Amino acid sequence: MPFAWFVALRYLRDGRSQTALILAAVSVGVAVVVFLSALIGGLQISLVEKTLGSQAHVTLQVPRETPTVLVTEGSGRAISRKIQPASQRLRSIDGWLAVLADLDAAPEVVAASPMVLGAGFAMRADAKEAIFIQGIDPERFLGIIDLRKSMVAGRFDILGGQVVIGATLGEDLDVGVGDKLRITSSEGIDDVVTVAGLFALGNEGVDKTWLVTSLRHAQSLYALPGGVTTIEIKIGDVLDAERVALGLHDRTGLEANSWMKRNAQLLAALSAQSNSKALIQFFVVVAVALGIASVLAVSVVQKTREIGILRAVGTAARRVLAIFLIQGGVLGLGGALVGSGLGVILAKMFENVARGSDGAPLFPVVLEPSLFGMSIGLATTVGILAAVIPARLASRIDPAMAIHNV
Amino acid sequence: MSEPILRTRGVIKDYGARVRTRALAGVDVTIERGEFVALVGPSGSGKSTLLNIIGLLDRPTAGQVLLAGTDTSGMDDLGLTRLRAHTLGFVFQFHHLLPAFTAIENVMLPAWGDTGFPSRQMRARAAELLRAVGLSGRLDYRTTDLSGGEQQRVAIARALSRGPLLVLADEPTGNLDTAAAASVFDLMRTFNREAGTTFLVVTHDPRIAERCDRIVEIVDGRIRSDGRHSASAQPTRGPP
Repeated sequence: MPFAWFVALRYLRDGRSQTALILAAVSVGVAVVVFLSALIGGLQISLVEKTLGSQAHVTLQVPRETPTVLVTEGSGRAISRKIQPASQRLRSIDGWLAVLADLDAAPEVVAASPMVLGAGFAMRADAKEAIFIQGIDPERFLGIIDLRKSMVAGRFDILGGQVVIGATLGEDLDVGVGDKLRITSSEGIDDVVTVAGLFALGNEGVDKTWLVTSLRHAQSLYALPGGVTTIEIKIGDVLDAERVALGLHDRTGLEANSWMKRNAQLLAALSAQSNSKALIQFFVVVAVALGIASVLAVSVVQKTREIGILRAVGTAARRVLAIFLIQGGVLGLGGALVGSGLGVILAKMFENVARGSDGAPLFPVVLEPSLFGMSIGLATTVGILAAVIPARLASRIDPAMAIHNV
Repeated sequence: MSEPILRTRGVIKDYGARVRTRALAGVDVTIERGEFVALVGPSGSGKSTLLNIIGLLDRPTAGQVLLAGTDTSGMDDLGLTRLRAHTLGFVFQFHHLLPAFTAIENVMLPAWGDTGFPSRQMRARAAELLRAVGLSGRLDYRTTDLSGGEQQRVAIARALSRGPLLVLADEPTGNLDTAAAASVFDLMRTFNREAGTTFLVVTHDPRIAERCDRIVEIVDGRIRSDGRHSASAQPTRGPP
């Protein structure tokens, strides 16, 4: 074994209790980092998944209509004007088939679904509820939100005058599978539909207002034959949505909204969580570094005479430096290995203890291999860096002074 | 005649920045190959300071130290460490073995610490030396499990492990009872006679000094007397 390694490991073994204490301290620090990262990471992923369970990553729509100014100010001409916002009416995306073909060819797009979306009312007996009518092409839409998995009654079938509606809407209107409903679109067109099934996506706004029908049916309800008002898109990397949306806007000229823009508050919360995680990690790293540095500094003082002897009998200063750097690195690495294991146990225990009424974990944890790689690399580096000052002190010990005066 | 092992020329050592204390006031001493020299003098006379300077553990304020013909004045720390490792062996009063290591590991330390890696020859040499100092059954004992005399024998084996030209021994028997002291001294004398290793021994004990080939007495940082009493002695030199 190389000399510096041999001496370093022997010193660690010889100072068993000191080594055990600092290893425990580093382990606890690393365990906290692993546990918190797993918990916060899991929480973030589950929040994003819940949010995106009932909405597309990016939606394309016709841009809002804005009033056109026909008379402009000029020299010697004063104008008084009142601009009234244009009333927004449903319009179809021009050449949406070409846009859809373009989206299908784009590598970042996983699924794209042309839709007619509009407001309306659903009525049964005396009950009347405001609804969002979603006219969809089932095959494409299911690639974005898989409603089949969320059916709580009946089945997903929207052909031949059938619709599926949110479960809360069903309760509000007191309708079940097979019941008939009268619906009126915002264009004033009426129809009677049969409820084939009810779904619950877990989002109250959706479950209370959505009525899903076929694209053709919706086109007739909104007098948009052959037209679509919206194209919903699912992409590969959800966190890339805003960039993709901007790109699509530039390419198509359509209004492109990402889920990130629609859920700015959620993103702010996620970013606050990430910041607090980073802050905790920072303080743990500082505490670990100070712990290792102080233990090694004490060890240098305790071993001053021995280091003096090593130097006197011909050990170069750089080897003495290496002895202490290795001790720092080994303490960091050892603590990281034990701490990672401890963190996993802690995270799994927490996941098992905190469960919701359906048995699913309230706090799902995500343990990625990169987290361990990062923790182990970081702790080892911090250990070595923390050892720099004690190691330099050790390498500068004057052998004559150390042997005669200590 | 061959090059002396050690030659100092006008070595001066001052301590302190504001109040300067002169520990050595111009020391000229020459030690030839194979000599067994005692360095004596009262406490505070500069013995240890001279030993540190000769041992390349400290630098003189002025003057020159030539070790095996090499002028050490301009050498950097690494150069001094190397030269120390290859030419010098140390035996200290309190043996100064490393308690975390076994006897044989302590003997291997100088070579191991210099080259960085252990070798079979290193281990064989260490075992041979420990046998030579009468500790063949104690190779893998922790040094803390050995008696004072045994520890000092390990220290002698360590000092000799690299086949040094000169062994510097600072009160090697000062901490031992009479019997152990005599046996440790005999051991060094044996190595001197049989292997031709040169020794410079600092001692307070007149009985030890008398058994050396030559006695150098230092008082107030100067050499007061330098006398040989062996048959092959060179002419006795007086104080400078």
